[in-house]
Amino acid sequence: MYYVATIATLITMALALVRALQGPSVYDRVLAANMFGTKAVLLFSIIAFLYGRPDFLDLALTYALINFIGVFAILEFIRRRPNDAIEDDVTKGDVNDDNVVGR
Amino acid sequence: MTIIFGVFLLTLMVITALAIVHTQHLFVAVILSGIFSLLMAANFFLLDAADVALTEAAIGAGISTVLFLGALTLTGEAERYRSSSVNRVVALGVVAAITLMVIYATFDKPAFGDPQTPVQQHVAPWYIDTTANDIDIPNVVTAVLASFRGYDTLGEVFVVLTAGIGILFLFSATPTRRKKPQTEQESEVESTAEIKFGEGLRHFLIPQVVGRLLIPFILLFGLYVQFHGDYGPGGGFQAGAIIAAAIILYALLEGEARALRVIPQWVLTGMMAGGAILYSAVGVVCMMLDGNFLEYSVLAADPITGQHIGIIVIEAGVGITVTGVLLSIFHAFAGRRRF
Amino acid sequence: MALDIASWVLLSMGGLFVFIGGVGVLRMPDFYTRIHASSLTDTMGAILIILGIMLQAGASLAAIKLAMILLFLLITSPTATNALASAALLAGVRPCGTDPVMSADKGIDLDTNADAGSLGEGKDT
Repeated sequence: MYYVATIATLITMALALVRALQGPSVYDRVLAANMFGTKAVLLFSIIAFLYGRPDFLDLALTYALINFIGVFAILEFIRRRPNDAIEDDVTKGDVNDDNVVGR
Repeated sequence: MTIIFGVFLLTLMVITALAIVHTQHLFVAVILSGIFSLLMAANFFLLDAADVALTEAAIGAGISTVLFLGALTLTGEAERYRSSSVNRVVALGVVAAITLMVIYATFDKPAFGDPQTPVQQHVAPWYIDTTANDIDIPNVVTAVLASFRGYDTLGEVFVVLTAGIGILFLFSATPTRRKKPQTEQESEVESTAEIKFGEGLRHFLIPQVVGRLLIPFILLFGLYVQFHGDYGPGGGFQAGAIIAAAIILYALLEGEARALRVIPQWVLTGMMAGGAILYSAVGVVCMMLDGNFLEYSVLAADPITGQHIGIIVIEAGVGITVTGVLLSIFHAFAGRRRF
Repeated sequence: MALDIASWVLLSMGGLFVFIGGVGVLRMPDFYTRIHASSLTDTMGAILIILGIMLQAGASLAAIKLAMILLFLLITSPTATNALASAALLAGVRPCGTDPVMSADKGIDLDTNADAGSLGEGKDT
């Protein structure tokens, strides 16, 4: 009975990974990474029961508690960054020196 | 079914790793490496290695992203594209050779979970048998880490300490360039920038409220992981990372300067050294009580109680050192505006 | 037995919601709508799946841990999404289709970064 939920979660992780790879903006990637984290919490909870190891739930609890800190760090990072250097994501195009910020 | 899940997650990991190598935008690489760490933890979890998975979770979920971003504020976000064709050919050759060697090495590997392999027959059964009698804690991993192989763990603690010292040395060096005298206007700009940087996320109400609400719970969970390590997944390394994550969250919310006022740098430096000293001191005390170095059995009249005391104290030492080092590294990155 | 059936239904429904959210994150047209799809998996999907597991856990420590996981998940993941939306808004990502509206009061959108927090909060939740 756990298999349906496990497989759905795994597929969703794959879909989120596709979104993280595609972009187009960095925020889409962060969103996908964040969603990846919450899906990992669900996956760990399900698998802990699938394998009959409920004491492994601590791992899911860890992610539920501290996974959002990374997103706060990203918000702080964006807030500190000069305004003009943010607009687009350069993965697909060429990297030119205009995108180098922080100095 | 485990194999299928594992292969699926490993495939996602390979895709993520290729994407990390491919992207030239370092911010994207940081985010993708967060995903990579999650996949890694999931894989450890599938293979029943809960302690390792918990370590990966505690480090990868918050702290590594924060540290990477701290580094990016100092360096800039785009990879500097540098290619000379000679270097590329050499690099390709080296990578191809190593890949072939690794592939060749996998032919010798036993099947997954094969009970006949040396690793399953040599010391592992001995650890499993002896733990129940001599140490009497349910988590064999903690017994191996803290008692049977206490020397190794002491070495790891000193490696962590050395890393922390190295980073403090690197970052305390003041840059010799940029010595030109500042005009008044310039310094004024810098001081306003300083104020703006120092305030953290104080203007963002929802992160502020929720973050402050959760900090005590994270600290409590960290202590739980620290002292529950004998019975379930956990221990000093994981707990240190979780507690450091709570303090880093505070620093993000209130500004790094305020976090330094709560726990000043001299306390952190003391924690770095103190944890390692505490660990070593346990070993010395054992020697004074006519035991060998780190032979906890002599710590109490009953050898098993002695083992328990020793493991709890050295895990505390590990936790203190890891917290101190991680927070020192964080402050080293966050306190430095630019090179 | 009835408990097993209920648990099965909850887990399957949760899996369905999670999957729909995943498809939504992939298919929605812009960043802010994708947040909406992602929040579906974080709330409804998580609630149903964890309730389904809790029915299996019965009254035990595991059930309490699951309740804590659900509680923290329901607190942290909308907060993270909110912080992310604030960051995106701060960086000047505009919702698709709203350009005419936003450009009407263009004067305030990038120059008021100092208190953009209030802007960010009003936007998303």
